[in-house]
Amino acid sequence: MSRIKDLQKNLFGGTTSNARQFGMIFTLVAIVVLFQILTDGLTLRSDNLIALFNQNSYILILAIGMLMVIVAGHIDLSVGSIAAFTGILVAKSMAEWSLPWPVAILFGLAIGAIIGAWQGFWVAYIGVPAFIVTLAGMLLFRGGNQFIGNANTIAVPEGFRVIGSGFLPEVGPDTGYNNLTLLLGLAACVAVVWREFQARKTRREMDADPAPMWISVLRMAVMVGVIVFASLRFASGRVGTSFPVSGIILVALVLAYSFYTRNTAAGRHIYAVGGNSRAAELSGVKLKRVNFFVMMNMAVLASLAGMIFVARSAASGPQDGNGWELDAIAAVFIGGAAVSGGIGTISGSIVGGLVMAVLNNGLQLLGVGTDRVQIIKGLVLLLAVALDVYNKKQGKFSIIGSLTRSFRRDTPTPPTAPPDAERETARTAVPS
Amino acid sequence: MSDLPVLLEMRSITKEFPGVKALADVNLVVRAGEIHAIVGENGAGKSTLMKVLSGVYPYGSYDGQIIYQGAETRFSDIRASENAGIVIIHQELALIPGMSIAENIFLGNEPRKRGAIDWKAANRMALDLMARVGLREDPDTLVKDIGVGKQQLVEIAKAFAKDVKLLILDEPTAALNEADSQHLLDLLRGFRSRGITSIMISHKLNEIEAIADQITIIRDGRTVETLNVKADGVDEDRIVRGMVGRELHSRFPDHTPKIGEVFFEVRNWNVRHPISAERQVCKNESFTVRRGEIVGFAGLMGAGRTELAMSVFGRSYGVYESGTIIKDGKEIVLKSVADAIAHGLAYVSEDRKAIGLNLLDDIKTSTVAAKLSKISRHGVLDEVAEYKAAESYRRELRTKAPTVDEGVSKLSGGNQQKVVLAKWMFTDPDLLILDEPTRGIDVGAKYEIYGIIQRLADQGKGVVVISSELPELIGLCDRIYTVFEGTITGEIARQDADPETLMKQMTSTKKMQTR
Repeated sequence: MSRIKDLQKNLFGGTTSNARQFGMIFTLVAIVVLFQILTDGLTLRSDNLIALFNQNSYILILAIGMLMVIVAGHIDLSVGSIAAFTGILVAKSMAEWSLPWPVAILFGLAIGAIIGAWQGFWVAYIGVPAFIVTLAGMLLFRGGNQFIGNANTIAVPEGFRVIGSGFLPEVGPDTGYNNLTLLLGLAACVAVVWREFQARKTRREMDADPAPMWISVLRMAVMVGVIVFASLRFASGRVGTSFPVSGIILVALVLAYSFYTRNTAAGRHIYAVGGNSRAAELSGVKLKRVNFFVMMNMAVLASLAGMIFVARSAASGPQDGNGWELDAIAAVFIGGAAVSGGIGTISGSIVGGLVMAVLNNGLQLLGVGTDRVQIIKGLVLLLAVALDVYNKKQGKFSIIGSLTRSFRRDTPTPPTAPPDAERETARTAVPS
Repeated sequence: MSDLPVLLEMRSITKEFPGVKALADVNLVVRAGEIHAIVGENGAGKSTLMKVLSGVYPYGSYDGQIIYQGAETRFSDIRASENAGIVIIHQELALIPGMSIAENIFLGNEPRKRGAIDWKAANRMALDLMARVGLREDPDTLVKDIGVGKQQLVEIAKAFAKDVKLLILDEPTAALNEADSQHLLDLLRGFRSRGITSIMISHKLNEIEAIADQITIIRDGRTVETLNVKADGVDEDRIVRGMVGRELHSRFPDHTPKIGEVFFEVRNWNVRHPISAERQVCKNESFTVRRGEIVGFAGLMGAGRTELAMSVFGRSYGVYESGTIIKDGKEIVLKSVADAIAHGLAYVSEDRKAIGLNLLDDIKTSTVAAKLSKISRHGVLDEVAEYKAAESYRRELRTKAPTVDEGVSKLSGGNQQKVVLAKWMFTDPDLLILDEPTRGIDVGAKYEIYGIIQRLADQGKGVVVISSELPELIGLCDRIYTVFEGTITGEIARQDADPETLMKQMTSTKKMQTR
């Protein structure tokens, strides 16, 4: 029994705190397996996996930014509109002003930065709640998209489409697989092993016993197994397809932002602001700067997501990005972020986004109509968070809470000590 | 006293949380019409016991019996206990700031006429209830517009609206000033004479000694003893002995100050209120701090001590008007908290839970939060350095926690305060401003905190202590300033400090110099 517990605790992370990630990843695996069986193996086929990534990379990119916004205690409803607004401007810049596509991408990111600065200004420096600022932005930029595009669709050139529908090229000897994808997988395996040993070293330096060696080995074996499987699948797709470019952008962003939120002082300031903004301020955190940054960053990522979507669908239209904000927010909350801020991880949000994506994809493969897919997705979101709330109340293991701060630190676990008067923090205190 | 009938008897109450026995075989006998105090260190189980009594922990989640008014009761929730006339008033008040006094009193209990709320009756009844608690205000006044002392009275009036028989007050005077506390204690005496029974949880032993008929002492989840104040001739030392299980010879560690030259000075400090600009919160205040010196600030609540401290600490309160800060002979300008920290100032706030700590954090993250640059290179954090720093402070301050990965929300008040102290010691300050450093902390932990403060002073740092407890200031500080309504009214050396002198200067604008 204790071995199984050990395993559960240690499989998905270096310390016991990482154990909580188990629950959500387990859910994801269960859904994948379920659909794999229901669809007779269609779910994990190369072409479906590739499509899954292509169709969802932009939502997952949004989820990265949204996680930071939500952790800081805000919300952003404008991301879909910002994506559409940037999309139409970028499409127009190439079609009518004949901007070369790499320049157009930079142009798009600049638009995101400007919009982000605009929204960040209102949120951080004027103090208008982000809900209102971005609700306004949602209308503003949706209208802007249709005003600029005359509610028409504008096509984008071939070169630009790479970021949305491109794949790693075929190079090197003919192995029957896409060589670059295999190399990527190999690099990922090396990184996993390196990280594991790094984590063991850190644990030792903290005077703590690292997890037993067999657990480390098992964990590495599982991770490497998943990576090898995925690499082979992605590398063995239809000729000309392989790991998508948008997936590479996503992976790079996930790695960069995970590092940023976990391992840098600036990242920690976001958690501090969301956890207790007054305490953060009195600890020398520049509140306004942090709030400005998360709002601006979100808008830049929204612009990137918009461009990837336009590139994938080869044109920018008036309905692009409708409802994206809700998908991104759902991913973040399924991934264990707290509505009140201060809690959440990038990796959790990605897993949350993948749960929704696999669900979506699997139901479509089964021929379930979009009407029923929406109903099911809505219920899943509600149930996932409700179950978590319920478990927290019961003082049991919390699945969603499991992700909450998997890498950074320990989740506030159910009370083990008597909740004395000291802990009555939830009560509404009258300001004295 | 013992001839009074028993109103409530809790028999061998045992309550377990996963891994922890919060209450073990606790017994409590409360007689009708008495004031019964429950004392114990933080975490001893007082609040847990009250939660068992009031149905927050429903019947079945604990072992033991509750006999109330002669019959065994099995409360399923708070509503059930309230219906039986047991009302608990928590330390953090449960009032809605934006609603009027009358609305708050009848919240969830509104007098109705044909389905609609009968405001005429509500206001009339509210006036009646307010008279009973000695609250003279218009019932339409919003709760946020009255002081915390009056808010407390609104809570009690709310309890009376529910026909209370047993009133439980959890730290009722913790946030009140001297005058409001007195009023509240008088009120409780009045209730006693009218036959209402009260249970009072408090850390203020002098108040308990003054008001309680019986005292039940709880330690580590067990009943230690029940004392009859008059018959047993109970005094504070007696209570403390019961609480900590040993004799505390002195409430302050022995200390010989090593005071150096003046290194920090604030001159002619003027600050206005952040919202109503016509209100001047700091009026031309000047003070000095020497190296190795512990300087106290005495004053009533609302005197502007916290405001002075925070406005000096990087203008984190109010609108700066004029005044200079001189440190080590040079004038410094502190426009932000970051500036203040960079210049070696630290401010430990009076409310550690609301503004001192991020309760989502663990000990390690909290410890380094005010100076991340110390554990990072080029903005990238060094996890190992963070751990080592936090661990060394945990050992040095003897913070009770299994590891530094423990969440701060799980710690007791005293240990949370140690984490906050560690957080600011980590910034290597020259001047520490401690605002109510021992509020809500039990006797044993207070002693330790005093020791820490003295050690900091001995390292050559200047320490400013703001406190509402005069004995604490007198016992700890080398020099005490008194503040009244935004003005420094006096400066008293340790040997001349006594409660009467301080109180006099805390309540008058007349400047007195005893030095």
